[in-house]
Amino acid sequence: MPIVEVNDLAKTYRVAQKKKVGVLGSLQQLFSPEYKTVSAVQGLSFQIDEGEMVAFLGPNGAGKTTTLKMLSGLIYPTAGTARVMTFVPWERRDDYRRQFSLVMGQKNQLWWDLPARESFRLHRDIYGLDPSFFTKTHDSLVELLRVSHLIDQPVRELSLGERMKMELVAALLHQPRVLFLDEPTIGLDVVAQTQIRDFLREHNRERGVTTLLTSHYMRDVESLCRRAIIINHGRLIYDGTLDGIVAKFTRFKTVKLQFAGEVPTDLAAYAPVHDSRGSTAYLRLERNQVASILAQILDRYAVDDVTVDEVPLEEVIADFFQSADQAASLLPRTAS
Amino acid sequence: MSISLASQSPSITRKYATTFSVAISDRLTYRTDFLFATLMRFLPLVSIAFLWTAIFEGSGATRIAGFTQGEMVAYNLMVFISRAFSSMPGLAIGIASDIRDGQIKKYLTQPVDMISFLFVTRLAHKLVYYLLALAPFGLVIFLCRDFFPPSPTPAIWFWFIVSLAFSFVIGFMFEATIGLIAFWTLEVTSLSYLTMSVVYVLSGHMFPLDLLPPAVAEFLRWLPFQYLAYFPAKLFLLGNQMSVEMLTFEIARMIGWTLALVTLVRVLFARGLRRYSAFGG
Repeated sequence: MPIVEVNDLAKTYRVAQKKKVGVLGSLQQLFSPEYKTVSAVQGLSFQIDEGEMVAFLGPNGAGKTTTLKMLSGLIYPTAGTARVMTFVPWERRDDYRRQFSLVMGQKNQLWWDLPARESFRLHRDIYGLDPSFFTKTHDSLVELLRVSHLIDQPVRELSLGERMKMELVAALLHQPRVLFLDEPTIGLDVVAQTQIRDFLREHNRERGVTTLLTSHYMRDVESLCRRAIIINHGRLIYDGTLDGIVAKFTRFKTVKLQFAGEVPTDLAAYAPVHDSRGSTAYLRLERNQVASILAQILDRYAVDDVTVDEVPLEEVIADFFQSADQAASLLPRTAS
Repeated sequence: MSISLASQSPSITRKYATTFSVAISDRLTYRTDFLFATLMRFLPLVSIAFLWTAIFEGSGATRIAGFTQGEMVAYNLMVFISRAFSSMPGLAIGIASDIRDGQIKKYLTQPVDMISFLFVTRLAHKLVYYLLALAPFGLVIFLCRDFFPPSPTPAIWFWFIVSLAFSFVIGFMFEATIGLIAFWTLEVTSLSYLTMSVVYVLSGHMFPLDLLPPAVAEFLRWLPFQYLAYFPAKLFLLGNQMSVEMLTFEIARMIGWTLALVTLVRVLFARGLRRYSAFGG
């Protein structure tokens, strides 16, 4: 039985509209407010099995955070159902709250002026954890994240990356079975990002925590998840393997050509040149034309080396998100 | 189920006991700044003492609204003490900003009740405040000892302490009510400032309610605000002039208001959460 089950979930917001600017507009808004209905999530369905780490992707405003908020029980859906473990999230039962965690990269749960140790102690008693269970979990998390030397320092003195690591310790102390991570590496430097990514991978391997992760960094996604759910305009547009994304969302392959001399100036006659540096040129060719165009190029120029590759996931996603508005109307809405 | 529910109630006690102790550590971080702020709050008392001296000398009266000049100074000191229990600086605005900025998520995703959590935290803050303010307070009262009437009876002392405890609860619930309005309006800053000045007058903080026309004073005694300042101060100073019936009635009314405000906060919180869950987040 899947541990997370979402069926036709929908959320409609009513957003106040202020049409006129200035004081007059504010007054008008005060006495006769106008509202616009925004459908943040529209009939979303998916399932996640216990222990899976799933990437939850989509451009800004696609409905990712709204979905995570419904699954964490912060907001009610307008329609549809969701079940996490045996619970309906928005009933906010304590039994449910003791078994999941929500980590938001931009939100701070720790006591700002106190050492993280104090916040951890409070978490122990808020979650009613057995002292030996707490100590064991705490020590292993702190060790895995290499932050044991920082737990007695006031949180306000920690760097952003260190703080995020402490947030993760706090969120995992009660050993949640389900973890929702909303942009856990946002704004962090590359080193901290890598450390947090490695930690999450290791922690998931050890404990098998079911994780739903949103991130704008494809590195996070590629190193942690094998499966991705992509939504746009609140609708599911992809649910499958990461590799499948590349095949589905791009018709192109990257071809890297290493010429004997300079890159020939009339190369563009064969295909648009994506990038060119010294004697190396990168082309984007449609999959079914790779062979024929490459043959023509090799026939005409002196080429030392050829590499044909998939377009990197990061670029595929970036291209897709940039043209998300058009894409949403063109792509078939599959639910696999 | 991974957590046993058998030891539910000791774990609840423990939950809020730890909250209390962590909040105390938190408050002690800024003790120097805090001590300084506490001392500064005594300054207005000096000008108030001068003001009443001038009023008494100008009018030539020995009693105004039943208070002698000395009792009036003592009243202002006692009101100051009551307000140390009942005022809740930053509570309403803090709740509103938790709602607006989404910090409220922390309470909704964890097995903790936001109102109880804030109540216990505030209790801890107050305790630290009393510990730090005890010495300067004691000194001021010692210096002003001649203004006070003879010490009240043990029974009055008892009800005085009870009334201070209730003034804390009423003050908390009133400020929490203002803060929870943010579920509907998002912003309560101006409302909070408005109520602050209204409370200043209606609670008897500015002057004893007895100074007002009897009908107005009587009306104000029916409101909860008098328990924030006027009632504990009057009880301490003139409690021996109060009949047992009157005292019983006042205590009953105070308990009634406390229950009403606790209920109001619970209802607003539940409704506000429902609204928040439906519209926002």
